[in-house]
Parts: sequence; structure tokens; C-alpha cells
Amino acid sequence: MSELVAGWPILSIVTFLPAAGALLILLARVSARGDNVGYDNGVKLLTLLITIATFVASLFAFAAFDPSNPDYQLQENIPWAFGASYAMGVDTLAMSLVMLTTFLTPICILASWVIEKQVSSYMVLFLILETLMIGVFCAQDIILFYVFFEGGLIPMFILIGVWGGERRVYAAFKFFLYTLLGSLLMLVAIIFMIATAGTSNIPALTEYAQTTGFEQNVQIWLWLAFFASFAVKMPMWPVHTWLPDAHVEAPTAASVVLAAILLKMGGYGFLRFSLPMFPDASHFFTPFVFALSVVAIVWASLVAFRQLDMKKLIAYSSVAHMGFVTMGIFAGNEQGIQGAIFQMLSHGIISGALFLCVGVVYDRMHTREIAFYGGLVNRMPVYAAVFMLFTMGNVGLPGTSGFPGEILTMVGAFQVNAWIAAGAALGVIFSAAYALTLYRKVAFGTIENPKLGKMADLDAREWVQFIPLIIATLIMGLAPTYVLDFTQNSALTIMNQFAGAAP
Amino acid sequence: MNPAIELGRDLQLARPELLLAAYALIGAVLGAWFKDRIFGALSTLGVVAILGAGLLAVVWNPGAEQSIFQGAMVIDGVGAFAKVLIALAAAATLALGADHFTTTKEQRFEFPVLVALATLGMFVMVSAQDLICLYVGVELQSLAAYVLAAWRRDDARSSEAGLKYFVLSAISSGLLLFGSSFVYGFTGSIRFDSIAAAVGEGAGGIGLIFGLVLMLCALGFKMSAAPFHMWTPDVYEGAPTPITAFFAAAPKVAAIALMARLLYEPFAGMTPQWQQVVAALAAISMVWGSIAALVQTNLKRLMAYSSIGNMGFALMGLSAGTEQGPSSALIYLALYLPTTIGMFALILAMRRDGQPVETVADLAGLAQKRPWMAALFTMLLFSVAGIPPFAGFMGKLAVFTATIDGGLYWLAIVGGMAAVLAAAYYLRLIASIWFSAPVGQLQSPSGTIMVTALASAALSFPVLVLLLGALQSAAENAVRMSF
Repeated sequence: MSELVAGWPILSIVTFLPAAGALLILLARVSARGDNVGYDNGVKLLTLLITIATFVASLFAFAAFDPSNPDYQLQENIPWAFGASYAMGVDTLAMSLVMLTTFLTPICILASWVIEKQVSSYMVLFLILETLMIGVFCAQDIILFYVFFEGGLIPMFILIGVWGGERRVYAAFKFFLYTLLGSLLMLVAIIFMIATAGTSNIPALTEYAQTTGFEQNVQIWLWLAFFASFAVKMPMWPVHTWLPDAHVEAPTAASVVLAAILLKMGGYGFLRFSLPMFPDASHFFTPFVFALSVVAIVWASLVAFRQLDMKKLIAYSSVAHMGFVTMGIFAGNEQGIQGAIFQMLSHGIISGALFLCVGVVYDRMHTREIAFYGGLVNRMPVYAAVFMLFTMGNVGLPGTSGFPGEILTMVGAFQVNAWIAAGAALGVIFSAAYALTLYRKVAFGTIENPKLGKMADLDAREWVQFIPLIIATLIMGLAPTYVLDFTQNSALTIMNQFAGAAP
Repeated sequence: MNPAIELGRDLQLARPELLLAAYALIGAVLGAWFKDRIFGALSTLGVVAILGAGLLAVVWNPGAEQSIFQGAMVIDGVGAFAKVLIALAAAATLALGADHFTTTKEQRFEFPVLVALATLGMFVMVSAQDLICLYVGVELQSLAAYVLAAWRRDDARSSEAGLKYFVLSAISSGLLLFGSSFVYGFTGSIRFDSIAAAVGEGAGGIGLIFGLVLMLCALGFKMSAAPFHMWTPDVYEGAPTPITAFFAAAPKVAAIALMARLLYEPFAGMTPQWQQVVAALAAISMVWGSIAALVQTNLKRLMAYSSIGNMGFALMGLSAGTEQGPSSALIYLALYLPTTIGMFALILAMRRDGQPVETVADLAGLAQKRPWMAALFTMLLFSVAGIPPFAGFMGKLAVFTATIDGGLYWLAIVGGMAAVLAAAYYLRLIASIWFSAPVGQLQSPSGTIMVTALASAALSFPVLVLLLGALQSAAENAVRMSF
């Protein structure tokens, strides 16, 4: 299969296929006076086909990609301005996140079938968002990375603000400005790095950082500037407060994308930039990040326990799970980094699925209040089973994809600092408490609320959107080596780059 | 050389200026004869003449610096670059204005003539090579602008705008002359090359600095940089919208290009002295432009503060003190112009029941009522807010790069903070367009407006983004050839 795409700019095709589709929908909108149900359904179907085509294209890229080769592959390079270039390329870390993105987007489009207002605009924005998300992981030039990274705010802002819940405008503003502030500091740091190293190419910058190296006190400032952006994106305690608002108000599919992919950009940034380019500063700040991670794990779990809103609960659980990721990354050993990557992929699938589970009942009852529900297992047995699986995944039950990531990051952290691992283990217990409580309140018991009497179980569309996620969760849980072997090269490279500067 | 031959050569090199002057004079006579009947024809001819002048500035560019009129003016790269931008901006706003005044039945023939005269003034400004020529250019542009601001003679707001502009601007012209006299007194010459030589020999001292600072203040006033910006919101609000659009575009380029020439030619030897002043102007403009805009409800006042902030960013590039400084400011302006013209085109398009509406609230629900206008407006707003992948971001990238290369880290960080604040008020407009329920149907915009808005949006993304490499090398070559 790899011969099929030899010589093709396959990464650009994967990246810009959704944008081309968005253009197609826009042009169709000009020629048609739409806004009737038939036209809208056509647009939805077209969008679904485009995203599936993108997934297929990414499979070709995956086939052409050689996981045993630790270098960047499928490279493209076209010079642009300011010494920057349009450079694309992926290593195993980036490739796995690209696959996650293209895999989840069609599912999001299925979940968006319930959208009724301004359908064309919604689908156009969603496709543009997919292009930008894939671009973030494929970009091999730091300016290009920034363009994709920051550009993603635009569609997300409008998606939350137009199709979101009651406090959508507030949430959209908070999301945008919070992330922008962090990112602009990073931009200043990026320009400084380019001026110092004389290149904006990411591999070349890494090479420079590894050989010549940025001065130690400069590294500290650069690290902080990057941290400002990635910590907000991740999000780490205490700059996570935009996340619950954005999640709660966003439409279901946007919540899925936000939790599953946008949050991963923070972790990706730490792995791609902070560790390899500022190893000394990363060592210096490791205790700081550990402390924040453990606080996030414990504190967010406790806060999640007290939530009355299903989406808000899952949002706080995301904050806790991202704590494991940062802990694993800064543990800096193979288990830690591998675990962090695994946790990012697994969280993408599980939290995405949980938001879809909330979406299922929200579409029927238009409330996310936990107290409203109860006894759903009586009316919706299949739904209850699916919800059960992903709740267990969220808890980290062995056999689901939630387990390997948590255990690996804790093993990694244990080697560096046993107390940190102990604190994180406390978080695992808490996560069982809040997740199982949520499940019990929503699914078990008898139906008290008469409004729930008419709830129908999953329909065909919902079946289709959950099946791939169930398969992925179980495969990653039962046979994690498929993923771990694939990402090993990147993890080892990053580990060595980080360890090279060990004090 | 024979003076006659020299004059002939000079006149050939001054073709763009001569074309504009000829158009303005002939247009005035024709207008006096045929009265307002020929408004349409005269406007069309004006657009052609201005675009022609811009074209002449590039086509017959000698390729090397050439001093003309015995050193009063210079034909060089920065001049040509700025003239093309000025011509494009002036022509676009003239076309928009002609369209608008035809709709409102205010077809008075002076409009195209005055725009051409102001453009001529800007052409002289960006080519000035001595202090007298500098002053003449600034005044020619300003005098035409006062009359334009007071265009609606019987409207109190417009008259107030014109008067306010005139009085305050006259003070700044006084400052400019006062500063120039100091410079002349302490260097012994009005010619830029002689001043540069005197500065290089260490002439002047505190008196020269005094003169330079006064001149910078006056130019800061003309380009509406804070803290010399007080006139801007009132004039922008009071003047008819197409004239506001004209003020917001071309004169900014002229003022920045003139300031670049002043700083990097005669006063290149005093970089540490003027750097502080320009950096302070930049920081105050960026921050104040963003903060004050947060509370505006009138779109034109908001655009005024937006232009103050944007001049801050251009000045930030200029303050770098390196070769990248002026080129990044020119790139910034080239990318800023289409955005601002496009936005004014869309503001002009906002009419309800034949009456113009111009508050942020009037934008509500545009995305549902006129999705195309909303999409274009959104693109332009994100561009001017400096969010990638739009052209506005590339401009910010250019000036940030220049600033950091120049070692002004604090200024870059202030700029970053100001950009977040600025994003907040642009987002308010986007939120109004997309998130609010519609308040009523706007009239469908005219063809000229939609073409202008569409072209501006297309330039913002993707045209100028893809051609950024070419734009960058053009600006850098222009600067290298000139300074």
C-alpha cells in the first residue's frame, strides 16, 4: 500500500482534505437556497463522507509510515517567508495523534446529526477545525505549528458560541482569551528561538538545542513561555478553569473534539518542544510540574465528585487524567513517556465516548443534570452497558484502555519520586469514587422521574458511533503493546534528548 | 549638468506626482464648468489616475536611488513601495466613496479632486528628501483632509470633525516646523544627507534631540499614535464613512513611511536616542488603543481606536533600529490595508431603511441574515486581531520578529499583552455577528462594496499569506536600496 502514495504529498492531502470539503460546502451554499431539512441532511452526509475519506487517506499515510524508523517521515518542504517554510513530517508520536484525530472526527459528525440550526456553517467550521488539528501534529516548522495551533481557536470559538448551551457566549470568550494569552507569550519565545538558532525547522531547532543548546537562564524563560501556552491548553491546575465552562456549554461534538484532541496539543507540545529543546529547564521545573500534576489529580477528582452536571463532572475528570499525562512526561523515563502518550490516546477515546454518552441522554431530555436521571438501565439497557464500559475505562479498570496509561505513568513517576506516585494513586481511588457514583445515580435504581418513562434506547446512528470506540477501548486495553511498540521510537528519542542534560 | 536637461530628467522621474497634480487641476476646472453632473465620470477618472500614478511609481522606477529637484525629493525603493500602497488604498476608498455618495445623492465634484490632492501630498511626503519638502507634503495632505472631514457642511458633527481636526492638526504642524527649525539650527542644513553627515560627526547634542522629538510628536499626531490621538475618534465618527475609510488607510502608510525615512536616513546616527521615543509611542498606542476600544459601542469610534492600536504595532516594528525595522513596518502596513478597507466597506454596507447604522449592536445576527457578509466580516476581524492563518497575523509576526531581533524584548511582551486585549474587542464584534439574535434585516449591499470586501478578504486569506515571501523580499529590497 505504501507504494501507492510514494511521491504524493500525503500529509498535506490528509491535512487539507477537510478544508477542501469545507470549500465545497461553501460553494454549494452559494448556488442553493437551502435551509430545508433535505438540504441540511445532504450537507451532513457530505461532511461525513469527507471525514471518512480523510480517515482513509490517513490510513494510506499510516501504511506508508515506517514505525521502526525513529526519524521524521513523509516529509514535505516548501520555502515560505521570514525564513520559515511549509514543512510537514511526522514521527510515531505525531502519527498516532493524527490517526486519533481522523478516527474521531467522523464519529463527531455522526454525533452532530442532531444539529438543526445553520447546518452548513456548522459543518464548514468543523471541517476547518479538523484541518487545523491535523496540521498541528504534522507541522515541522515552528511557525507553521503556531499557525495551526492558534488557528484552531477560531472555529472552536464560533462552534461554542453559536451552538452551545445557555452560557455559551461567556464560555466562548473565556476559552478564546485564556488560550490566546498563553499562546502569545509562546509566540514571543518562538521568535526569540528562531532569532537565536537561525532556523524555524523543528528538527533543526531540536538539533541546535541538543548540540549548542540555549543558555540555561534563557531556557528558563523560554520554558515558562511555552509552559504558559501548553499548561492552559492541557489544562493544568490552576489554569484549567476555562475547561469546565467550555465543555459544559459546547455542543456534544465540540466537547468530544475539545477533550479528545485539543487537550492533547498541550501534551504534544511538552513532548515536542519543552523536553527536547529546554532539557535543563525541564529538569529544573520537574518538581514544580510534579506538584501541579498531583494537585490536579487529587483536587480535580474531589471537585468532580461534587458536580451536579454530567458534562462538568467529566470535564474535571479530564483535568485529573491530564495530570497523569504531565506527571508521566516529566518523569522523563521510558515508562513515564510511553505511559503519557498512551494515556493521551486512551483519554481521547474514553473521554470522547463519555461525552457522547452524555450527548445521547441530553439529546432526548435536554438536561445534563445528574439528579434528573436515575434508573436508565430499565429503559435503555444497551446504553447502560456502553456507558458502563466507558465508565470503567475512565476509572482505569484493567482490560480497558484506561489502565495501561495510568499504571505506566505511575511506574515512571515512582522511579523518580515515590511520594508523587503515591499521591497519584490516591487520585485513582477518587476517580473510582466519582465515576462509579455518577454511573450509579444515572443508570441504576428505579425510574423516579416520570419524564424518563419514554426514553428510547440507542438508535442505529448511535450504535454506529459507539462501536468503533468500544473496539478501540478494548483493543488498547487488552493488547496495549500494539500501541506501545508503535510509539516506542518517539518515546525513546525524547527520553534520550531529555536525559542528555541530566544534572 | 545643463539645468534644463536636469529639470527634464527630474520631471520624468516625477511622473506619478505630475499625473496626480494634472488630474487634480484639470478635474477642478472641469468641475467648476460642468458642476456636479460629472461626479461619476470624474470619480472614475480619479480612480484611474491614482492607480496610474501608483503604477508609474513602480514601472519607471530607476532601480537605484535618484535624487531629484536638486535634492528636494528622492526616487527610491521605499518611496515606490509606499506609493503603490497609498495608490491602492486611495483608489479603493475613492471608489467606495463615489459609490456611497451616489447612493446618498451627495455627488459633489470636489470629492475626487480633494482625494487626488491628498494623495499627491502623501506621494510628496514619502519622497521628501529635505525638511521643506517634508513640510509641504504633510500640509498638502492635511489641508485636503480637513476639507474632506467637513464634507457635510450642513451637518453639525461633520463640521465639528473638520474644525477639530484643523485646529489640532495646525498645532502639530506648528510643532513640526518648530522642530525642523531646531534641526536646521543645530545641523546647519535642511537636506537629509547633510543632516545625516552632521549627525555622524556628532553635531547637535540636546538641541538636536529636542528638535527630533518635536518632529516625532508632530508625526505621531498625523498618524494618530497615542498619546497624540485625541482627535481621531471624534473625526472618525463625525466624518462621512467613506472619508473615514480614506483617513484610516492611505495617510497611515504615508506617515509611517515618512517617519521611517526620517529615522533611518538623517537620524540613523541617533538610533539610541529616538529608539526610546518611538518604543514609548508604540507601547502607549498599542495598550491604549486596545483598552479604550473595549468600551466603544460605535463602530467608527471603535475603528479609530483599532487604527491607533495598529499604528502602535507598526511603530513597534519601526523602533527596532535594524534594517528589519522599516521593512517589517512596511509589511505590516501592506497587510493591514486590505483588512481595514474591507471592514470599512462592510460598515458602509450596513444600511437599514435607507439610513446608515453604525453601532456594534446593529451587527447582531448578521450570520443568519446575510451569511456572506458575516463570513467576510469575520475573516477580516480575525485578521486585524492577528489570529493565524490570516494576513494580520503575518504582519504581527513581522513586527515581533524585528522587535525581538532589535533586542526590545519588553516591547514585544507589551505588544503580546495588547494583542490579547485587542482580540477581546474584535471578538465582541464577532460575537455580535454570530451569537446574537437578529435585530432586523440590513439592506443588500451594492456591487462595489461586495467586490471590495471580497477582494480584501481574499487578500487577507489566502492571497497575501501565500505571497508573503514575495512581499517580504520586495519590502527588504526597497529598504536596502533606500537607507
